[in-house]
Amino acid sequence: MRWWDLQRNFNHTTIVTVEKVIDETPTVRTLVFSDDVMSTVLPGQFAMVWIPGVNELPMSIMISKDSGKAAFTVRKHGLASTGLFNIAVGEKIGIRGPYGNAFDVKEGKLLLVGGGTGLVPMMRLLTSVKPTDDVTVLIGAKSKNEVFFEDLANELLKNNSHNVIISTDDGSYGEKGFVTDIVEKLVNESHFDAVYTCGPEKMMYKTVQSAHSRGIFVQASLERMMKCGVGICGSCCVGEDLACKDGTIFDGNHLSKNTEFGYSHRNKAGILEDY
Amino acid sequence: MASSLTTSIGKIQLDKPAMLASGILGISLDVFNRLYRSGAGAVVTKSLSNEPWEGYPNPTIFSVNGGGWINAVGLSNPGAPNFAKMIESNQNVPIIVSLVGSVPEDFEMMIKEFTNCKVTAFELNLSCPHVAKVGLEVGDDPELVKKIVTTVKNSTDTPVIAKVGLGTTNYLNTVKTAIDSGIDAITAINTVRAMAIDVETQRPILSNKFGGLSGTPIKPIALRCVYEISSKYDIPIIGCGGISTWEDAIEFFLAGASAIQLGSAIGDNWINVFDDINNGILQYMKQKNYSTIDEMVGLAKKF
Repeated sequence: MRWWDLQRNFNHTTIVTVEKVIDETPTVRTLVFSDDVMSTVLPGQFAMVWIPGVNELPMSIMISKDSGKAAFTVRKHGLASTGLFNIAVGEKIGIRGPYGNAFDVKEGKLLLVGGGTGLVPMMRLLTSVKPTDDVTVLIGAKSKNEVFFEDLANELLKNNSHNVIISTDDGSYGEKGFVTDIVEKLVNESHFDAVYTCGPEKMMYKTVQSAHSRGIFVQASLERMMKCGVGICGSCCVGEDLACKDGTIFDGNHLSKNTEFGYSHRNKAGILEDY
Repeated sequence: MASSLTTSIGKIQLDKPAMLASGILGISLDVFNRLYRSGAGAVVTKSLSNEPWEGYPNPTIFSVNGGGWINAVGLSNPGAPNFAKMIESNQNVPIIVSLVGSVPEDFEMMIKEFTNCKVTAFELNLSCPHVAKVGLEVGDDPELVKKIVTTVKNSTDTPVIAKVGLGTTNYLNTVKTAIDSGIDAITAINTVRAMAIDVETQRPILSNKFGGLSGTPIKPIALRCVYEISSKYDIPIIGCGGISTWEDAIEFFLAGASAIQLGSAIGDNWINVFDDINNGILQYMKQKNYSTIDEMVGLAKKF
């Protein structure tokens, strides 16, 4: 026996078979697979996912109802994500990780703000809340046919005092308007002990501002162009921070001093571009 | 007797001997500042080209079971002009600018971009093993190495380092050509051309198929090269390849290196690795009664 057989080398690509595909919306799918390591990761951690012959991309690790299983929820967007979206039951993907830090889960009255597939770490975070916590989940989408995980959030919080709010930009479902306006309203109206957010950067930026300016503990999970995922290539830097190794989760105190958060990100060549 | 970590690589003076290797983390000035605060004696930038390069699609890196990484990032970089603008405001950090190109004119043009920047040295990448027409393909061509080094030396008064690797030409010939053409120092070695195949899907994992092996598996090879160069030529050497502990660093000094570069060790142990290695070197020096690193350089050659 070799030493690396005794303990899995998390950086080494492990091949898993997709066992179930769930259509969440016309453009979003959840792919379920068996893997003990990925099934027990901390809320906010991610994996590098290899789509053989296509690409490899960072994905937040989605929960599964079955023990020993995990999932990836992907929106088809570019070449890599569309490649993952098109993986059928029985096909194989490679995974390495888990990577990154985790949300610091506080107790009390919590607000979770997610947009699109940014809801994935929010769902895993819901599995870490205490029964005594009062949890508000705010789900933002452009329109009704892009809303997903509403039922799942309610299911995960069935033993908690909770509120799942949907907002759509066009008002076709739930409240009409931008998520960030509702965040501002919520934190104005009542006291929250912590706010967590993942989704489009402008949404996170305003959410962090709303919470941090009122002294509320807030954390956001950042997304950047990522190549290696292990702190070598430097592609995912945000100012002096590396999203893969220092994050992907940063708190409001830290983010308020970072001049790139909310404004700019780097492209594949490393050139700074505005959001 | 007080021990000091300062070291000289020819005309290049550094406060600490461990620097960031090229290709690692080298995109933003903020990160450079952080590395410098964390104990890096200098940072070597990603290899810059005339134009921005996106690099290869993912997967660009693979972790070898048993140790080491194979990468084919593909020299992604924002291009020398963009990069020069970014580091114009730099005052504190000793920055060594790594350059990659196919012909002498590429290097000449890029060096002009850095006229208004504080640059400690230029490092010519003559050894990247996974991009066509540059890197190793240049290093393997002695005539081209001669033309490039001569041109670069005529274009700048800043010290110039050649980074060599294991290609199809004996690397010692590349070193000799570079020395004869006026190079100030040698960095040895680059990653070693390698690949990985997934047995389940039966295909090469890296999108480029081939990449460069780095990390602990190549350390003994790099050490051998430093020892060979230092035994054969009188030229300052920077050791690079799989160094991850202070003992590794000392080995490279004893083989003939005046400074070292770290890459993969940062991925494995994160940024604290600079201070860990610096502290270990200092402890060793105190224990052995050395006041300067220079006193240790090449000691293993006497046996």
